[in-house]
Amino acid sequence: MNKRMKKIVNTFGVPRLIIMGYLLVLLIAMPFMGLQMEMLYTQAFGRIGMYGVLVLAMLPAIESGIKMNMALPLGVLCGLFGGAMSLEAGLDGWGGFAGAIAISIPIAVVVGILYGIILNKIKGSEMMIATYSGYTAVAVMCIVWMALPVRNAEIRWPQGNGVRSIVTLTGKYEKILDHFLEISITDELIFPTGLFLFFGGACLLVWLFMRSRTGILMKTAGSNPVLAEATGISVNKMRILGMTISTVLGAVGIIVYAQSYGFFQYYMAPLNMAFIAVAAILIGGATVGKATIFNVVLGTILYQSIMTFTLPIANVIMPEGNLSEIVRIIIQNGIILYALTKAGEHR
Amino acid sequence: MGEKYVLQMIDIKKEYYGNKVLKGINLNLKPGEIMTLVGENGAGKSTLMNILFGMEQIRNTGGFSGKILFDGKEASISAPEDAIRLGIGMVHQEFMLLPGFTITENIKLNREILKPGILSRIFGKRLSRLDRETMGQDARRSLDKIGLNIREDEPVSGLPVGYMQFVEIARELDKSNMKLIVFDEPTAVLTEVESQRLLDTMKKIASEGVAVIFISHKLDEVMEVSDTIMILRDGEHIKTVNKEDTDVIALAELMVGRGIDAGSIAPKRNFDDSDIILSIGHLSVDMPGEAVKDFSLNVRRGEIIGLGGLAGQGKIGVSNGILGIYPAEGTVSFHGSPLPLNSPLQVLKKSVAFVSEDRKNVGLILNESIEQNIAVGALRVKGRFLKKYGPFTQVDTKARRENAHRMIKDFQIKCVSERQHVADLSGGNQQKVCLAKALTMEPELLFVSEPTRGIDIGAKQVVLDHLVQLNREKGVTIIMTSSELKELRSVCDRIAIVTDGKLETILTPYAGDVEFGLAMSGARKLAETQDEEMKK
Repeated sequence: MNKRMKKIVNTFGVPRLIIMGYLLVLLIAMPFMGLQMEMLYTQAFGRIGMYGVLVLAMLPAIESGIKMNMALPLGVLCGLFGGAMSLEAGLDGWGGFAGAIAISIPIAVVVGILYGIILNKIKGSEMMIATYSGYTAVAVMCIVWMALPVRNAEIRWPQGNGVRSIVTLTGKYEKILDHFLEISITDELIFPTGLFLFFGGACLLVWLFMRSRTGILMKTAGSNPVLAEATGISVNKMRILGMTISTVLGAVGIIVYAQSYGFFQYYMAPLNMAFIAVAAILIGGATVGKATIFNVVLGTILYQSIMTFTLPIANVIMPEGNLSEIVRIIIQNGIILYALTKAGEHR
Repeated sequence: MGEKYVLQMIDIKKEYYGNKVLKGINLNLKPGEIMTLVGENGAGKSTLMNILFGMEQIRNTGGFSGKILFDGKEASISAPEDAIRLGIGMVHQEFMLLPGFTITENIKLNREILKPGILSRIFGKRLSRLDRETMGQDARRSLDKIGLNIREDEPVSGLPVGYMQFVEIARELDKSNMKLIVFDEPTAVLTEVESQRLLDTMKKIASEGVAVIFISHKLDEVMEVSDTIMILRDGEHIKTVNKEDTDVIALAELMVGRGIDAGSIAPKRNFDDSDIILSIGHLSVDMPGEAVKDFSLNVRRGEIIGLGGLAGQGKIGVSNGILGIYPAEGTVSFHGSPLPLNSPLQVLKKSVAFVSEDRKNVGLILNESIEQNIAVGALRVKGRFLKKYGPFTQVDTKARRENAHRMIKDFQIKCVSERQHVADLSGGNQQKVCLAKALTMEPELLFVSEPTRGIDIGAKQVVLDHLVQLNREKGVTIIMTSSELKELRSVCDRIAIVTDGKLETILTPYAGDVEFGLAMSGARKLAETQDEEMKK
C-alpha cells in the first residue's frame, strides 16, 4: 500500500495532489451548499473544452525549447482577424467556423515564422521578451481593429469604422461545436460532445506529430540543443517550427473559445489568454522545459473546474457583498502565481 | 620558525568512490625550496594540492587520511581560509580575478586597508572608508617584486591573459604571512617570454624564504627552476630526486613508465598498404582549453589509431573540430573527397560517428529513455526506426525497443529497463549508452573520445573489447582519443601524440616509455639537444 502511495505522490507531485484535493473538497461541498450541481458541471465541461486548444498551444513551444509561449496573444490575434474576416464575408454556420480557421491559419504561420526568427536572436530571454511582444502586438492591433474598413454592420461600430470590441456570434456559429452531438444526461446536465471531439482531435494531431520524425527532432532540439546540433539538427529551425505550431494552435484555439463563449473579444482581451494557458499547463504537471498531452488535459480540467466551482461556493460561504468575488480573484491569481513559481523549474 | 620543514604531508591517502587516487604520499618541503610535482594526468598532483588547500570537493567525497604538519605543528585544513591563515597561497590555472575592478582592488580583495570615517564612527567598522593610497603602495610593491610594469590602478578586464596570471601572483605575494605558494600549471596560458618571467619570479620568491610547490609537465621548465622534483604516477609516489641528479630523459621515463607488459600491448599490424581513409591537413580548432593549432594526419583504412597527449594540448579538439562541434579550419578529406567542416550533419551522413568525451552535454539527453538516446542519432542521420505512411512518419517503437534490448545485452548496460531515464544511470553505463548510440549509426569511421572515462576496471575491458571487435569483425576504422596511455597501447595500431595543438610524433604501442614521455611533455627537442651536447 505504501509503495503505491509513494508512486502516486511521485507521479503527480505534492503540489498537484494538493490542488486535486482542493477540487475534491469543492466537489463534495457543492451538493451540501444547495448549489445547482448540474448547471455547474455543464459550465465546467464548457470551460474545459473551450480553453483546451489554447492550453495545447503551449506544448509545441515548450517541447521545442522556447519555453512557455507568453506570446500566445500573437496567435490569438491571428485567430481574431480570421474570425473578423469570416464574419465580414457574411459566412455563418459551419462555413463561418471553418472560414475563420482557414483564414487565420496562413496568417498564423507567417507570424509564427517571423516571431520565431526573432526568438532565435534572444535565446535565454524568450519568456520575458514574449510577454512584451504580446503587449506590443495587442496594442498595434488595437489601432488596426479601429482602422479596419469593415462593411458588415454586425461587426462594425455603429458610428462608422472599425471592429466592435465585442462581436456576438449568436445566429452565426455560436456553440456550433458544443451543440454538435451533444449529450443531455439530464435536463440541466449537458455534455458538449462536439467541443470535446475537436479538443481531442487537436490533441491527437499534436500527439501524432510529436511521434513523427520532425516531432522527435524538435523534441531533441528542445531537450538538449548541444546534442541536437552535434547530431545535425538545426536547433534554430526547430524553434521556429515550435513557435509556428504554437501560434497556429493559438489562432484555432481562440476561435474554438469564441464559438463556445459566444463572442469574439477584440482590443485588450487577448492579453489574458497567455496566463490562463500557462497556468493550466503548469498545474497539469508540465515544467518550462517539458510537457506532455497528459499535462495539457489534466491541467485544463483542474484549472477550469476550480475556476467554475470556486465562485458559487464562495458566494454561499460569504454572501456579504463582494467578498466572494475577491476570494475568487485571490484563488485564481494564486493558482497562476503558484504555477509561475513552478515556471522557474527546469526539466 | 627555524623548523627544518615548512610543510610535511605524511602518508596521504584519498579515495574517490572506491577509486584510489592517492596511495600514501609523503612530501617534505623546506623553507625557500622549490619542489616540482611531475606526473601524467590522473597521477594525483591536483588532488594532493586540493587536499593541502582544503578544497570543498575533498571533504564532499569522503575526506582524506594522513597528516599534514605545517611549521612543525599538526594542521587541520578543512577550508581554503584555514590554508590562507596558515600562510599557504595558491595560484590557480583559471584566474580568480574580478574583471570590473582595478589591479589594486583585486590584490587587496577582502584584505583592504581601512580608514575611519563619519559613517564608521556611527555604524561600525564595516562602513569604514578605504585607504586607497596605502593600498596602492602595497600593490605597487608586489608588482615591482615581480617586475610587472603596469599601473596598479588599471582595471583588470583589459589586461592580456599573461598579465592576469601575474596579478594573481602579486595578490598572493601581498599577503604578509606567505610561507608557501603553490603554482598549478601556471605557464599553460603564458607565452615564452611571460613563462620565463614567471620562472624568474618563482626563483626570487624562493630566495626570500618562501617555499614553492610547482606543478608542471613541461620538463624543460622543471629542470630550470626546481630544487627537488617529486614524480607521481597513478597516485603513487615514485621518487623524489634532486635536480642535479636527474635530467629530462630520466624524468620522462619515470613519469610514464610502467615497464612493458607484453600481454597488454596491441598485436603488431601493418597498414602501410591500406588506402588512406581520412586525411587531415593543417587542422585548427577553436575549442576552449583544447585548441588545435596545426594538425595533420593520415588515417589508414581498417586501423585503430590513437590520439594521445597531456590535457589541454589539443588531442580532444581534433575530433570535436572534424565533427563540427567547435569551429574548425583546414582541409579534411574522406575517401579522397573533401569533407566539409563545421557541418555535423554532412559528416555524420558519410557514416562517420562520434562518441564525445562530454557525455552529459553532447552525448546524452538526460531525461529521455535509454532506447530513445540510443536511437536518436540513427533516426536523424539514417532515418532508422521510422515507419512511413505516405508523406508522414511515425516512430517505430518496436524496432527502437529491439535495438535497445540488443545494445543493453551486448554492452551489459545495468538498468531497470530500456525505458529508464539515462540520468539515473551510473557514469559508466551512461558511457555505454553513448557507444551504443554511435554503433547504431553503423559507421565506417568512428571517433571515440575518452571511451572508458569514469568506467570501472571490469567494464573498461568490455568497452575496449567491443571497439576491437567492431574493428576486426566489421572493419570499422577507429580514431581513439584517450588520456590513458595504457589503454591506447593495448588496442591501437599507431598512437599519435598531440602537443601544443600540433602533431608531435607518431609512435607504435611498443615504443619505449621514454619516447612517450618526451613526446607528451614536448621536451623531445630538449632531449635531442641534450644528446648532442653529451656527444660532443
